[in-house]
Amino acid sequence: MSRLNNKKGLLAGLLRHQMLIPIAALLLLALFNLIADPSFFKISLGTNSNGDPVLTGYLITIIDCGSELAILAIGMTLVTAASGGQDISVGAAIAISGSVVLRVLCGSDSHAQTLQAPIIVAFLVSCAVAMIFGAFNGTLVAFFRIQPMVATLILFTAGRYIAASFHNNELPIVNDPSFGYYGNYFPGIPVPTPCFIAVICFAVITLVLKRTNLGLYIQSVGINEKTARLNGLHPEWIKFMTYVILGLCVAVAGFIKVSRLSTINYSVIAKDIEMDAILAVALGGNALSGGKFNMGASILGAYVIQFLSTTLYKFNVQSDALPAYKAVVVILLVVMSAPAVREKLSALFAKLRKPSHAAQT
Amino acid sequence: MREGSVLEMTGIYKSFPGVKALQNVSFRLCEGEIHALMGENGAGKSTLIKVLTGVYPKDDGEIYLKGQQGAVKIHSPQDAQRVGISTVYQEISLCPNLSVAENIYLGRGEGQTVSWRKMNEGAAKLLSSLGIDVKPTKQLASCSIAVQQMIAIARAVDMDCRVLILDEPTSSLDESEVAKLFKMMRDLKKRGVGIIFVTHFLDQVYEVCDKITVLRDGKLVGEYQIEDMPRVMLVSKMLGKELDDMAEIKNDIPVCDQKDSTPVYEAEGLCSSEGIQPFDFYIRRGEVNGFTGLLGSGRSESVRAIFGADKVTSGTVKMNGKPVNITKPIDAMRNGIAYLPEDRKRDGIVGDLSVRDNIILALQVITGFFKPFSKAKATEFAEEYIRLLDIKTASVNTPIKSLSGGNQQKVILGRWLLTHPKYLILDEPTRGIDVGTKVEIQKLVLKLASEGMSVTFISSETDEMLRTCSRLIVMRDRKQVGELTGEQLTQNTIMSTIAGGGNDEQAE
Amino acid sequence: MKSRRVITAILAAVLCGTAMTACGGGSKNIKVGIINNDPNESGYRTANVNDLKNTFTAEKGYDAQFSYSMKNDEQIQYAQKYIQDEVDYLLLSAAETAGWDTVLQDAKKAGVKVILFDRKVDADSSLYEASIISDMEKEGQTAVDWLKGQSLSEYNIIHLQGVMGSAAQQGRSGALVNTAKELGWNIIAEQTAEWSAEKAQQIVQSVIDSGKKFNVIYAENDDMAKGAVAALDKANISHGVGKDVIIMGFDCNKWALKELKAGNWNYDGQCNPFQSSYIVDIINKLQKGESLSEKVIIMDEKGFDATTITDADVEQYGIGN
Repeated sequence: MSRLNNKKGLLAGLLRHQMLIPIAALLLLALFNLIADPSFFKISLGTNSNGDPVLTGYLITIIDCGSELAILAIGMTLVTAASGGQDISVGAAIAISGSVVLRVLCGSDSHAQTLQAPIIVAFLVSCAVAMIFGAFNGTLVAFFRIQPMVATLILFTAGRYIAASFHNNELPIVNDPSFGYYGNYFPGIPVPTPCFIAVICFAVITLVLKRTNLGLYIQSVGINEKTARLNGLHPEWIKFMTYVILGLCVAVAGFIKVSRLSTINYSVIAKDIEMDAILAVALGGNALSGGKFNMGASILGAYVIQFLSTTLYKFNVQSDALPAYKAVVVILLVVMSAPAVREKLSALFAKLRKPSHAAQT
Repeated sequence: MREGSVLEMTGIYKSFPGVKALQNVSFRLCEGEIHALMGENGAGKSTLIKVLTGVYPKDDGEIYLKGQQGAVKIHSPQDAQRVGISTVYQEISLCPNLSVAENIYLGRGEGQTVSWRKMNEGAAKLLSSLGIDVKPTKQLASCSIAVQQMIAIARAVDMDCRVLILDEPTSSLDESEVAKLFKMMRDLKKRGVGIIFVTHFLDQVYEVCDKITVLRDGKLVGEYQIEDMPRVMLVSKMLGKELDDMAEIKNDIPVCDQKDSTPVYEAEGLCSSEGIQPFDFYIRRGEVNGFTGLLGSGRSESVRAIFGADKVTSGTVKMNGKPVNITKPIDAMRNGIAYLPEDRKRDGIVGDLSVRDNIILALQVITGFFKPFSKAKATEFAEEYIRLLDIKTASVNTPIKSLSGGNQQKVILGRWLLTHPKYLILDEPTRGIDVGTKVEIQKLVLKLASEGMSVTFISSETDEMLRTCSRLIVMRDRKQVGELTGEQLTQNTIMSTIAGGGNDEQAE
Repeated sequence: MKSRRVITAILAAVLCGTAMTACGGGSKNIKVGIINNDPNESGYRTANVNDLKNTFTAEKGYDAQFSYSMKNDEQIQYAQKYIQDEVDYLLLSAAETAGWDTVLQDAKKAGVKVILFDRKVDADSSLYEASIISDMEKEGQTAVDWLKGQSLSEYNIIHLQGVMGSAAQQGRSGALVNTAKELGWNIIAEQTAEWSAEKAQQIVQSVIDSGKKFNVIYAENDDMAKGAVAALDKANISHGVGKDVIIMGFDCNKWALKELKAGNWNYDGQCNPFQSSYIVDIINKLQKGESLSEKVIIMDEKGFDATTITDADVEQYGIGN
């Protein structure tokens, strides 16, 4: 009897678990593709135009192209949890940090044939700049208590102009092929570099959440700021820090983005990525009003979104209709992951189980 | 239905997953009667009320109302209101940004356009008939909690309610406000309204009620006439055991015998941004003292200043004779001060987090950002205090918000005990929790003190403070007005000191 | 009665005052108010803005004011301000085609001459003096004609569209879609990459992953062509002159023309951002009181073939740096 109860508890627990929705969505998309065209899952080893080995296939494309979004989802999850709001300026901030990378690499001549600075220096400078812009958002939200969406609207509006101003509106192009390795492949390694960068980011955040009290502090502040303060925490600082961390995520994502093509287009780079990042957090079942969060679920949510985009591209959905398809799927997923709906579902499930249960006893 | 009844509930059953909340409970309310519904937390009072008001569907049983043929069906609070059952909750469920009159008539427009003048006139008439002294056009938020509660009652009365449920209405009122509320309840009683009064305050029950129904563990213990029921018996009925604990405690006050030792904590001219007069305060090792005074007299503000919870504007603080700087909670915590706040829901719990995380929170903050406990260690800590304080929770992973009020309070107490404080401040630790837990907490305080901890204990119930404290600091109008020790510690002295008019005042 | 007279007097005084200041600021320079889209929108726009800025300078006898917005309502506000400032000419590249009637009528009443450039407006042609535009259909048709001229044995085309509904997308898509239907070309993928290189890369990647064969990529701007090429490089599919896949782009960014010159791409269609010389011509004529032979002026636009492009072409027609 107790074992039976246990099992029931486990099942109910699974149903209530946050990871359920993104996993189910992923499985559903995979199943759909499997039925429609099993070759979706084919991965083959080929060579690129430089003669280096590369893995190709839809799955590789998904984990490759989903990297930036997944990295952003990390920061967005923390910001959401701590401040109960979202940063809508990440797309514009990516334009800024990407622009900084190119500015450092190209120097004053936007078509320099050689790198004017080591890549690592460019990356670190862009990290610093992105964190400063994160700090700007964080200050507005934490210390001036402006609604996150309003506070980040400033950078959302101005960011791409700032990015363009670093280069006097010129288009910088990096000609050194080694810069492209970070957004594509290192010679000899068949797995796209962004995957590695994403995995490093996941490892770092996992380690941070495990080895520090970041998670506990952020959740406490997000759930009950007053209590957090009376327990010795400094809620403003913690909120501020989440925006700085998001800034770091932005820098990494921006670095990958500009490395992919060795150039930047200020007006379209990472366009609308903020909405996808917020969606990833929501798909992970995290409350957008802050509080408890599940990092793994958010990251998975990011890949679900990429999976969906790639699937839609694969089926060559008509351009005009693309947003509509995406919207329908997104509505379904978000509704499914809403706590109220999940409660109902698990109640329904319990009811369905009851008759069979009775039959057993 | 029996003669004189306005409400009868028979054979009510209600269960939640894993809990039988109500089992065969019957309840009868007569016209013009104030009927106390008593029981410990988890006894089933709230569930019974929620079944009656249609918040929960009942599993079985019947509800009969005067004037209604057969059993009535109540599926929602709106249904309940329609048949004349109104509820006033502890937390006011009115709209703070609307006027008093608007709140009274809100949602009852009956499809007509509203005439502001008529509405305000009607409200004024109603309020004056109930003896509530407030202008109908005043914004609700600017009224005191007590007045807001009375307005909620007025709204219920105006909707022709015949059954009025008051769920813990007095827990945030001071004595004069309670007196006003009771007057109003007696007036309503004369009008024939049946009132169900849910409270933890025994004194109030004996002051105002006619009958008592006691529930325990979801079952009906019995219905009693107030005259036939001495207090001790009532408590023992609620707890389900013969109880000498109360008497036991009384003779157990530890006397602080280290008069000359350096105080654990000593403040001079302490003042915070919350508008209290600068005050001096000290506490010695193993001492239990308390701040007393009416609500709003500044007792909570005083301890918040000690803990650095509000902005400290002046004053010097010494701990064990050494000057320390306490401007924010973390300073106080690092110096071994712990503070259990007055408002558990607002300042105490982190609702969505587990019992475990709630218990380790304070210690975790003290140990620092880079030194999190392992999950095993945290669980060990949590289980230690769950056992020690007898916290009733399904597991350490249960979110604290799903625990009952008393158990939530114990979790927070556990959180602070885990930090092994030298000085523990308890601001209303027993508010809104059942008698059994109250006694446990009082006993715990005395035990901790005997082990050398210094404790400041604040409570609205003076007898509780008399039972635990060896020194009382009396406050009035945000100022310390007296200090009572030894022989002075009696209800009467406290009352007269709080009320003022003593010699010192006349001298001025 | 009395008060009304007072108000009238005050109003009159104020009106006189503003008229005086307006007259007082008069100079011999021609006053021009220029409303354009945001310079950061694209390389095309940057070149366009710089061209105008270099032309309408004080040295050349103009008193020019510039304002930029990608929003119609903001642009209309700027226009109203310029009309109040009593500019001689209002130069307008409208963000959206609709909604301009009223403000253009105001301009006409105030004697401000309006010249449209780059974008069309849905308004009666009597409301403006001239409209200098690119013919996107023609740009598309030139490119498709070039493609026809390649006489491939079969045409399997990936079509990368711009933001759906924009004039450039409609013109450039229209030509391809019609011709493909006519000549039986296969469009194996048709997706919007919204002018973005990253999205273009993903779309082409997805076509490659599907294993479908293709030999032409028709990208409606240079950025998307660049993204497509990145995906091809990853899959080791050769592209450019004499290779497996023909790459076509639009806008003639200088970097794109360099790719063309290097033989990595095959074709780039011009979208001429240099309207200022046309505008100056018109203003000169109008100043002399001459009438214009035609209202709508379509600019010369070329298409460049990788095999014939010269370094001089790259320098002269490449936009950006």
